[in-house]
Amino acid sequence: MSMKPLVTDQSQSKRNWPGWARRGLLENVAIALILLGVFMLVQPFSITLYGWSFITVLVGIVMFTVVSKFPE
Amino acid sequence: MQETPVFPASQNANNYAIANRAAAATPTGVSKAVRGLSDRSIAWLFVAPTMILLLAINIFPLIWTVYLSFTNYASNRPNRPVINVGLKWYRDILSSPEIWTAMQATAHFVFWTILFQTLIGFSLAYLVDRKFRGHAFWTTIILIPMMLSPAVVGNFWKFLYQPQIGLFNYVVSFFTGLPPSSFEMLGSVTLAPWAIIIVDTWMWTPYVMLICLAGLRSIPDYILEAAEVDRASRWRQFWSITLPMALPFIMLAVLFRGIENFKMFDMVMLLTGGGPGSTTELASITLKRAAFEAYRTGYSSAFAIILFVVVFGLANVYVKALNKVKQR
Repeated sequence: MSMKPLVTDQSQSKRNWPGWARRGLLENVAIALILLGVFMLVQPFSITLYGWSFITVLVGIVMFTVVSKFPE
Repeated sequence: MQETPVFPASQNANNYAIANRAAAATPTGVSKAVRGLSDRSIAWLFVAPTMILLLAINIFPLIWTVYLSFTNYASNRPNRPVINVGLKWYRDILSSPEIWTAMQATAHFVFWTILFQTLIGFSLAYLVDRKFRGHAFWTTIILIPMMLSPAVVGNFWKFLYQPQIGLFNYVVSFFTGLPPSSFEMLGSVTLAPWAIIIVDTWMWTPYVMLICLAGLRSIPDYILEAAEVDRASRWRQFWSITLPMALPFIMLAVLFRGIENFKMFDMVMLLTGGGPGSTTELASITLKRAAFEAYRTGYSSAFAIILFVVVFGLANVYVKALNKVKQR
């Protein structure tokens, strides 16, 4: 009869985590998106950029919230 | 009837004595009701009033505002049928040249106030950090503007900016030779944006100075002493030790003032009311006009949500910066 170990190796799941999906890198990307969105909102050059600013900030915030749960 | 002590008075006599006194002082009805509860339930019982209050005054209005932003609701016409308009208000706001101009006015205000406040605040902190005679007194004097109410500051700067009787014009005329009544800080299209920047800088530079001072005081003396031993010049010490070590604190001050100034309303409303024309009409003033003068509640709710999302995004950046400072 096979028995399940009481304590599972948590580092195993971290090892299986894709290398590109690390918290530090993706958090920086999310912050860059937020700052880009804020810049698009207040820049005086193009009203098209202004129109897309809100969605850029929103995507940045959602991404930041999600990736901040990823392993380092 | 005297209640028997809940805790045995064998170990940690003092702690148990206090706990026993508290248990004895608890009314019988309450103690009977609480005795059956687990520690977790009691913890929830203590936290619940605060959570209910927060839900009632913060979370519910936020959810309600999100709902209103998709409707045609107008607070001055409560009996009108409420229709779902979808993303109409969001599309209107994000294609409106007037709101875009207000956003640019806000950005102009935020950029220049932060630049001046950081430069002057850090310089003041650097000066105050050196122990000179009466530095504590001067620190207190510098901090006074920050302690005043924005409404008071707005009103008395309005008097200071008066072209006929205001002190500001006389000081400028003393240094430049211009006649005092030849320019009007709050009435001129070119000068009004700078007038509000001057007042905000005057009021909030002490705050930036305080944060920078905390950063400068956190630099260990032995690092600067080692630099002295290595014969590093003052200039070199500043660029290689002082500035890099104080930089996270400066960054914090910049982000914190950025978020605050993005929401600026009271002081500017009292000073210029958004005028002349709409040159100092910041986003929050435009929002107030849409909500409480035009009574476009759905539209202004959508505008408020856009501003909230932007401020929330900046707050995320702020939290990330704060964590970096903590890791140091």
